[in-house]
Amino acid sequence: MTEEPMRGNRRSFRHLPQNSTNSDVGPPAYQRGWSANIPSCNAQLFGKINLPVSAEIRCVVALAITCVWDSEVVLRGFSRNSFHDLKGCFAKHMTAQEVRLCGLLLQEHFGEVVERIGTHLLRGGAQNLRTIANETNTPLDLVKKSLCVLVQHGACEFGSGRRGPGSPVEYRASCERVLRVLRYPRYIYTAKTLYGDTGELIVEEVLQRGHMTMSNTVKTVADRLTHNMEEGRSMEYSEVVSAFSKLVETHFLQRCPPVAEMGTAATSTTPATPSTPAAPASTSPPTAESNPDCYKLPHVTLIGRGKRRRSSDDSEEQRGGKKAKMDSESCGDEGIYWLVNFERFHQHFRDQAIISAVASKLDQTSSEIVRTMLRMSEVTTTQTAAYTQPLSANEIFRSLPPNYSISRPILDQYLSLLVDDPMEFVGKSGDSGGGMYVVNLQRALANLARATLESVVQERFGSRSARIFRLLLRKRHLEQKQVEDFAMIPAKEAKDMLYTLLSENLVQLQEIPKTPDHAPSRTFYLYTVNQLPTARLLLQHCYKTVANLIERRLFETKENKRLLEKSQRIEAILASLQASGAEPEQLTEVEEMITAPERQQLEALRHHINKLDSTENQVDETVFLLESYIFSTKTK
Amino acid sequence: MAGLGHSRGRGKGYMSFSIEAVGIGKGENLPPSILQPTPLFPPVEHKPVPLVMGEEAEYMLALKQEFRGNMKNLPFYVRPAVSKKDVERYSDKYQNSEPSDNTIEWNPDWKRLPKELRICVKKALKENTSLSVETTVDPKPRKKTRVDKEEIIHNLETLEEEVTSDEEEGEKKKQEEEQQDGEEEYDEEEFEEETDYIMSYFDNGEEFGGDSDDNMDEAVY
Repeated sequence: MTEEPMRGNRRSFRHLPQNSTNSDVGPPAYQRGWSANIPSCNAQLFGKINLPVSAEIRCVVALAITCVWDSEVVLRGFSRNSFHDLKGCFAKHMTAQEVRLCGLLLQEHFGEVVERIGTHLLRGGAQNLRTIANETNTPLDLVKKSLCVLVQHGACEFGSGRRGPGSPVEYRASCERVLRVLRYPRYIYTAKTLYGDTGELIVEEVLQRGHMTMSNTVKTVADRLTHNMEEGRSMEYSEVVSAFSKLVETHFLQRCPPVAEMGTAATSTTPATPSTPAAPASTSPPTAESNPDCYKLPHVTLIGRGKRRRSSDDSEEQRGGKKAKMDSESCGDEGIYWLVNFERFHQHFRDQAIISAVASKLDQTSSEIVRTMLRMSEVTTTQTAAYTQPLSANEIFRSLPPNYSISRPILDQYLSLLVDDPMEFVGKSGDSGGGMYVVNLQRALANLARATLESVVQERFGSRSARIFRLLLRKRHLEQKQVEDFAMIPAKEAKDMLYTLLSENLVQLQEIPKTPDHAPSRTFYLYTVNQLPTARLLLQHCYKTVANLIERRLFETKENKRLLEKSQRIEAILASLQASGAEPEQLTEVEEMITAPERQQLEALRHHINKLDSTENQVDETVFLLESYIFSTKTK
Repeated sequence: MAGLGHSRGRGKGYMSFSIEAVGIGKGENLPPSILQPTPLFPPVEHKPVPLVMGEEAEYMLALKQEFRGNMKNLPFYVRPAVSKKDVERYSDKYQNSEPSDNTIEWNPDWKRLPKELRICVKKALKENTSLSVETTVDPKPRKKTRVDKEEIIHNLETLEEEVTSDEEEGEKKKQEEEQQDGEEEYDEEEFEEETDYIMSYFDNGEEFGGDSDDNMDEAVY
């Protein structure tokens, strides 16, 4: 975001020349660290602290200095730095909260063994097979299995080792990819709203299996759909194929990137820093987008219908399953695997968020206009663009949905309203073609993130603290007295609120010394809010929240394990009795095996677990907004 | 933090900045400093906003729970092998027990994975199995040729991994060839492959000690 000139009282800076750098005035960088932008501060600190100590001690040192982040420990988990220069999700710094959440997600979906291996990889950076097995005390075969599972689901990548093509293969886990698991329900639901039940099942299957071939997906989905249909009807493969093609055409599914050959020379040379004389031979993993064919459908013809599974046909099914397997091998698309394109879904979510923000701020018609603009620029906008390509008003008018027939002058009025709105969703970039308009994606995300922050402060601390927070966001730096005046809150209460916010690290204190000796009586102390670090802080809080929710849910399940097992057993008995045609008296007898208080307990348990699960989904929406905002600022 | 500790002896407790500037008046009662970590469940002043309820939320909840349930049944859910029971029982061979360590229940595309991760794919146990013992002799020479090939390809540094991966690769090769034949009793051969000794040569020593009953003065070596 561009720095706006400071409004309001300028007397604090009167003595500073207009373009003085902060190096000749003010305390040195590491002291300023506690109110400055934390990530750059960290980079400075870590650059200076080059001691050969273990990661844990380094974290303690960092903790002592960066006193603002009192609850998070930034793990920079590799003393071997060859992958350090690589951009992308595999070289990210991971916080303790993220690793904890990743561990819980892995445990729930893949079991404890994979959780142990995954967490170890996340904490320790790139390692080879032997190291993992030794350090986690896991038998080698289990390690291999876990790594296969992680690679299958895209959570782990492998590459040739540091010492050149001959060294053992190294594996790196991706924290970001594991955190996506939290958002799976949202992806599946979106596919359902866009492409119906077929699309929903396709996305669900691909998510469950990591990546799949098209033929495999089509068959599985057809079988599932047939299973849910009434007797005698089954699902045609061609319908599933058409839904699959639509998903690929709109880029929701993409091909897996080809596996990099191991032992070949590095195709992309990483610039060698002066401190590392031996250039690492590791290549940056090829992304899916780098493959020119990534959205090309394979030429296979799948003809057939879904098969209905019957419980009595199990032995036939096995043989049939084997036959189906041999069929898929001859389908012609082995080796071409498809995975879900998360970035495309994120783009969709972002567009949805912008449209609903416009709808709630202005009105429905404006949101339709913005929706049209976003739809027109779907394919022309890159993922990290700050704004869409300019669209002329004529084009927009032509592309409006037919049921929204507004006249041309009205459209122009709406567009000018959108441009003048302080939220700055839409901007005008030229006058040709009736006016060229863009959607300011980056600014829209920043505004949405800011609204999230404000609402968090409001809900946790009350509306007056929220007023102070908003004031500081707009006016940047204010003294204690000025805060009281502008917010129109009595001094005592304003002080109290400011200190509460300060203790929660939502507000920072900036010292401006008047004299070079930094005498405290002659120094200004200004309160300030920086949106980006605050957003990061809140994001970490969100991760911690979700991890706590999962742990609580596991705890509740464990507490009532006996009861849950009993109820499952009774349900199984009931089901088998009903299938074999038992009398109602027998059924009620079995049902009464669960006593009334137990039933109540089960009901309460179910209610709690549903609430916890639902909360996780909703916290994930906030996580998405904050992550998108932070990511959009990174690519400046 | 050299810059911050300058002022000394300015009345109550020396702090690095002038307390008037931050807004604490003279002689005002400050809350006592707390010398313990924050409580685990701090009291919440403002109640949180209620959750969004609706069709969409409920549907996503159902999706989430179903997904979790399905994942537990898929082969990707890795369970460590159950430790061996106290006594080996005859029924172990025929009961579908927990998967053992060195098999994998699904068939990944091995071309997309590094060679060192290869484990044999487990085949389903069938009820009417037949032991084919003659195939155990074959892998030995095949193993030898594979060992030669492997040593050329891999460097010395991967020698350790070869030792364990050799056995499994030999097994996997055998596995692929037998897939076309149909049902094979798999576990027996694998069990036999794990040891270095051919089972038919095993002498369990029952006959030992039966001969030298007469001459008890001689030492037994």
